[in-house]
Amino acid sequence: MYAGQSVKRVDAFDKVTGRSKYTDDLCDRGAYIARVLHSTIANGRVVSIDTSEAEKVPGVVRILTCFDLKEKHYFPTAGHPWSTDPSHQDVADRLILTDRVRFAGDDIAAVVAEDEVAASQALRLIRVEYEEYPFVLDVQKAMEDGAPLLHEEYPNNILKHTQTRLGDYQKAIQEPGLIKVEGWYETPVVQHCHIENFICYAFVEGGRVNVVTSTQIPHIVRRTVGQALGIDWGRVRVVKPYIGGGFGNKQDVLYEPLCAWLSLQTGGHLVKLDVPREETFICNRTRHSIRNHIVSWVRPDGTFAARKLEAFSDQGAYASHGHSICAKGAGAFPQLYPCENVEVDAYTIFTNKPVAGAMRGYGIPQAMWAVESHTEDVAAALGEDPLVFRRRNLMPVGYVDGFSKNQLYADSFNQCLDKAMAAIDYERKVKEYENQTGDIRRGIGMAVFWYNTAVWPISLESSSCRMVLNQDGSFQLQVAETEIGQGADTAFSQMAADVVGVPLEKVHIISCQDTDVTPFGTGAYASRQTYVAGFSIRQTGLLLKQKILDYAHKLTRMPVFNLDIVDGNIVRTTDGRVLMSLGELATEALYSLEDSRHITAESTYQVKSNAYSFGCTIAEVEVDIPMCRAKLLNVVNCHDAGNLINPALAEAQVHGGMSMGIGFGLSEKLMFDEKTGRALNNNLLDYKMSTFLDHPKLTALFVENPEPTSAFGTKALGEPPTCSVAPAIRNAIFHATGVALNNAPADPHNLFRAFSEAGLFHDER
Amino acid sequence: MSKQYKMIHCRINGKDRDVMVDVRASLTDMLRNDFRLTSVKKGCEVGECGACNVLINGECFNSCIYLAVWADGKDILTLEGLEGPNNEISDIQQAFIDEAAVQCGFCTPGVIMSAVEILNEGRELSDEEIRIRMSGHLCRCTGYENIFRAVKKTMLKRLEAAGKL
Amino acid sequence: MYDIKALYEAGSVEEAIHLLVEHPQAQILAGGSDVLVQIREGKRAGAELVSIYGIDAMRGVSYDEEEAIRIGSLTSFSHIAADPIIQEKIPVLGEAVSLVGGPQIRNIGTIGGNTCNGVTSADSASTLFAWDAIVELTGPEGIRRLPIQDFYIKAGVVDLKPGELQTAIIIPKKSYEGYCGNYIKYSMREAMDIATLGCSVNASLSEDKKVIRDARIAYGVAGPIPMRAPTAEKTAAGREVSRETVNAFARAVLEDINPRDSWRAAKAFRQHIAVEMAKRALTKSILLGGGEIRE
Repeated sequence: MYAGQSVKRVDAFDKVTGRSKYTDDLCDRGAYIARVLHSTIANGRVVSIDTSEAEKVPGVVRILTCFDLKEKHYFPTAGHPWSTDPSHQDVADRLILTDRVRFAGDDIAAVVAEDEVAASQALRLIRVEYEEYPFVLDVQKAMEDGAPLLHEEYPNNILKHTQTRLGDYQKAIQEPGLIKVEGWYETPVVQHCHIENFICYAFVEGGRVNVVTSTQIPHIVRRTVGQALGIDWGRVRVVKPYIGGGFGNKQDVLYEPLCAWLSLQTGGHLVKLDVPREETFICNRTRHSIRNHIVSWVRPDGTFAARKLEAFSDQGAYASHGHSICAKGAGAFPQLYPCENVEVDAYTIFTNKPVAGAMRGYGIPQAMWAVESHTEDVAAALGEDPLVFRRRNLMPVGYVDGFSKNQLYADSFNQCLDKAMAAIDYERKVKEYENQTGDIRRGIGMAVFWYNTAVWPISLESSSCRMVLNQDGSFQLQVAETEIGQGADTAFSQMAADVVGVPLEKVHIISCQDTDVTPFGTGAYASRQTYVAGFSIRQTGLLLKQKILDYAHKLTRMPVFNLDIVDGNIVRTTDGRVLMSLGELATEALYSLEDSRHITAESTYQVKSNAYSFGCTIAEVEVDIPMCRAKLLNVVNCHDAGNLINPALAEAQVHGGMSMGIGFGLSEKLMFDEKTGRALNNNLLDYKMSTFLDHPKLTALFVENPEPTSAFGTKALGEPPTCSVAPAIRNAIFHATGVALNNAPADPHNLFRAFSEAGLFHDER
Repeated sequence: MSKQYKMIHCRINGKDRDVMVDVRASLTDMLRNDFRLTSVKKGCEVGECGACNVLINGECFNSCIYLAVWADGKDILTLEGLEGPNNEISDIQQAFIDEAAVQCGFCTPGVIMSAVEILNEGRELSDEEIRIRMSGHLCRCTGYENIFRAVKKTMLKRLEAAGKL
Repeated sequence: MYDIKALYEAGSVEEAIHLLVEHPQAQILAGGSDVLVQIREGKRAGAELVSIYGIDAMRGVSYDEEEAIRIGSLTSFSHIAADPIIQEKIPVLGEAVSLVGGPQIRNIGTIGGNTCNGVTSADSASTLFAWDAIVELTGPEGIRRLPIQDFYIKAGVVDLKPGELQTAIIIPKKSYEGYCGNYIKYSMREAMDIATLGCSVNASLSEDKKVIRDARIAYGVAGPIPMRAPTAEKTAAGREVSRETVNAFARAVLEDINPRDSWRAAKAFRQHIAVEMAKRALTKSILLGGGEIRE
C-alpha cells in the first residue's frame, strides 16, 4: 500500500534541479510582450485615450483600447463549474477592456510590443481622459442610499443578501437571566502572493486559440475564453504547465481572455502577458475583507440561547466568486456552535476596490476570525475557561447538516484539541501566564475551525480519469485536478498504484493539463483534490484492472475471479503464484498477432457527497507592550483530514497554511488611499508577508478518523490550515494583555491603538 | 539612440562563456534568455522575493537587480550548476526532496542557492543564524519549516563527514 | 530588461569623474538596489547611468594614518558586517547594516549608495550620524570632506556637486574611541523590510562607569532626513548612570524629532516607539560600556 506512506514527491527531482518548466520557461523568445494600462481613478468613465505618442515608440506593434473592443461579450471569471441553469450562473460582468472603470486598476487598454522596454515606454505615453465619479471604499457606506453605484443592476451595491433563520431569535432573547455579548470583528484585504505572478501566452494555430497559462482551472479557462471572445469553446485550447502557486487567485480567469484577444488582434502572433508583481496585487484577485457583527445571548450555565450574525463582505468592483465566499463563512456560523435560535444575514457588497475572489480558506479564515474571537469574548464575559466553554458548545458527535448531509462521525474536535494541547503544554502555560504585569507578557490562545470539503451540493462535483497501459506494464494517469504545489500528483499516483496493484514507479502521472487531451474536470479548489479525484481514480483503476484481468484470463486460462494484480504481477490468488508480469501481459496485448488491444480505462465519477474537515490552532505569544509588538513563540495546528495519503506532504501543506494564517493574524493587509482609492502597498516590500524570521517552529499534527464517504478515507486539508491561526494568535494576545483586538491583523499599528485605548502605556510623559 | 551592447566573459556553472549582452539586460535576463537557465525565476524583479538568486563569486545575489554587464569576469553558479558530471544531484538538493521542502517549486532554485552559500562556509551555524541567512526569500507554500530542516540536516551531515562535529 | 538610455562603466574614480563631467545628465549607479528598482518602477526610466560598481578601489575597510576608520563607499553591507576593524571598533555599524533588507540585498547594497540616495530610512545612516561620520567626496576639483549631517540637504537630496562621487565614509578616532553603541531597527517584519523608525545610540562612560560622559543619538525616519536629537544628548551628558537619566534622555527626544504621519505609520505611533527605543538603546549602550543601571 502506498496510501498512508510518505513517498517522495513525484515532481521533487525536477523541481530541485530546475527541470520543471513553468509558463515563462516554455514561451518562445520571439513572443510579443503585452502590458495592460490600468485606470488611475477609482470610479468613472474613460472619455478618450490618446495613443499617438505611444504609437511612435520603436518596437510597439499595436495599442488596443477599450474603444477597439467591437463586440462586447460580458463574461464571468469565477472558477466555478458552469451552471446550465441560467439563474445559478456566475455573474457575467467583465469585459476584456472596459471604458466604465470601477476601481483604480481596471483594465482600459493594452500595448503589444516587441520587447518589454518598448511596452512600458508606450504605456507611460498613453494619455487618458476620464469623467470621474465619486467612489466608495467602505463596505457599509456602499450600502447606504445615495452611495456611488457600481453596477446599475445592483441597488445599494448589494450583489447578494442571504438569510438563515433557525428557531425564533426574538423570542429566545426574552429568556430571563441571559448575558448579551456583542462584537464587531473585521478582517483586512489580503493577497495570495504566490511567488510566480500570473502569466499566460497565446497564439493561434489551426484556426484555434491556444493559451498556455498559470492557472488552477484549465477547463474553466477554456470555457471562459470562448465566452469572452464569443467563439466556440472547442476553438480554444488551454494548457496548464507547472505553476508557481495559486492559492485561489488562479482559481479565477485572469488575463487569459485579454491575451487571447491580443493574439487574435495581431494576426495570431504569439503574445505573452506577464503580470508585474505590483499589478498582481491589485489587478488579479484579493481575499474579501469581511466585517462581522455577532451577538450572542448566553445562559449563566454557559450555553447559547440565541445568536445573530451579520456579515458584510467587500467584493470590490466585480462579482468574481461573489457571494459564495461570504455564504460559506455564514454557513459555518450556525454549525460550529449549534444553537436553536439563530439569525444570519450575509451581504456581499460592491465597492471601488480591487476584485475579491477565492483565496485559501474561501471565507472561513474571515469567519473564524470573527467567530473564534467572539467565542473567546463570550467565555471571558462568563468568566469561564475558553477551553471548557468550547468543549461544551462545539458541534457534537453525530451532528448532521441537513443541506450537505455532512456528518461529524468521530470526536474530532476534542481529539484535535487534546493532541494540540499536549504538544504545546497548554495546561501548564495557561496557568503560568495568568496575572502577569510588566512590559513583556506571554499568553496562549486557541481557535477551532469548520470546513466543508468540495462544493457539493451547491455545485457540480465530478472528476474524470484516464489510464493508458504501456507496453511495459506501466501506465499514464490523467486527471483534470491540477498540481499547484500541494502535492496532488504524488497523492494521485499513490492512489492509482494501490488500486491497480503496481509499484509506484509504474504510474506515470501527466502533470500538465491540456484541454485537448486531459479528461474534463474543473481543477484545483475547495480542498477537493484527493477527495474528488479519489473517486474517479479508484473507479477508473478498477476498470483498468478488470480489463487487464480479462486479458490475463485469455493468456492464462485462469478464471478472472482467481486472479489479481499484485506488485505489478498477475497473481493466482488461490496459491499466490505469479503467472506473469504485467509487463509481459502488456507487451503481448499491444503486439499480439491474435488479439491486439490498447488497454485503457476512462471514467467519470460524479460525487454527490461532501465531508466535514476539522481542527484547531493553539498559539503562544510574547507581547512587548511598549513596543506594540506580538511575537509568535509557538504554534500548533491539529487536523482531522481523515486518512492521510502522504503524511509528509500533508504536514508540509499544513505548514504553508499556517504561514499564511500567521501573516493574516500578524502583519498582512492591503491598504488604500482614502483620497484616490489607489492601493498604497502593492509590492512585496510594503505588503508584509511573513519571512523566514517571522515564524517560530511550526508544528503540524493530525488525528486520522477515516472519512466514511470518501474513496480513500480522505477529506479537506489544503485550505483548513489557514482557517484558525489568526484568531488563535488574537486570543493569545488577549490572554497575555487582556486586550481583545477585533480588527486583524495584530500588527503594531493596531496594537498601538488597542493598547492606548486600554491604557496599557504607563509612560511618564 | 541605438542599442548598446557589450561583450563579456564570465564563467557560468563551471564553463567559460563569451556573450554579447544588451547593456539594459539584468543578469536574470541573460541567464534565462541567452543560456536558458530557467531555474532563475522572476517573482518580483525588484529584489524583494529572492526567486532569481544565484551565486556570483560565491556570494548570493538577486540577479534581477544585477546588470548583466557586471557579470564580466565573474564566476556564476545557478541551480543547474549543482549537478555532478553524471547528473548526480547534490546533498542539499536531495535534502529538499527528502524533507518535503518543495511544493510549487518556484522559489526553490533561489532558496537552494542561498543554502549552498551557507553550506560552503563549512561551519556550524545556530538555528537563528540559519534563519537569518535564509531570510532573503519569500515562500508562500512551505512556511519555511521544511526548508529550514533540509538546510540544517545537510549542514550537520557535512560537518559530521568533515569530522567537525 | 531595464529602460536605460545609455550605460557608461567606470573602472576608476578618475574615469567616473570624467564620465560624469562628460555626461552631466547621467546618474550614478553603484549596487543598483535603489536605482535599478526605480528604473523598473518607471521613476527613472530612460536614464543615462554611470556605473561605478566596477571600481574595486572603492571597496574595503581600513585605518588611515590618523587611525580613522575609512570605509570605501562601494563596500557592501555584508562585507562591512564581516570586517574585523568594524567588529572591533564599531560593532554597532555592522549590526545596523546587517538589518538592511535580506542577505542578497546586503551583498549588493553599498554604504555609499545607502547614504547618497538621501533617504531617511537608510539603516546605516542613523549610526553614521550618531558616530559623527565624515563623508569623502571626490570630484573634478579634488577631494572634499564634510560631516555627514551637512551632506544631507533634504529628503532624497545630498550635497553631491556635478562630477562628484562619494568615495569613502570616515569615522575619526575621537568619534569611536571609548564609545559603545546600539542600533534598534523598528520594522513591521524581521527581515526584508525598511525601518518604520531607526534609532542609533552610543555613549562614553566615565572611568568608574558611574557617569555618562557623552551620549549621542540619531534617528532614521524621525524626519525627512536622518537626524540627531541634541536636546536628548544634552540631557544625558554629564549625568549619572541611572534609570532616571535614561528616562529623561528618552523623553527629551520628543523635543527634537518630527516624524511624519503616513500610511506607513502614524506620527503618534512613531513618537511613542521613539521614546521606548531611545530608552532601550541607551540602556544597552551603557551595559556594553560596562555600566550598570540599578532599578
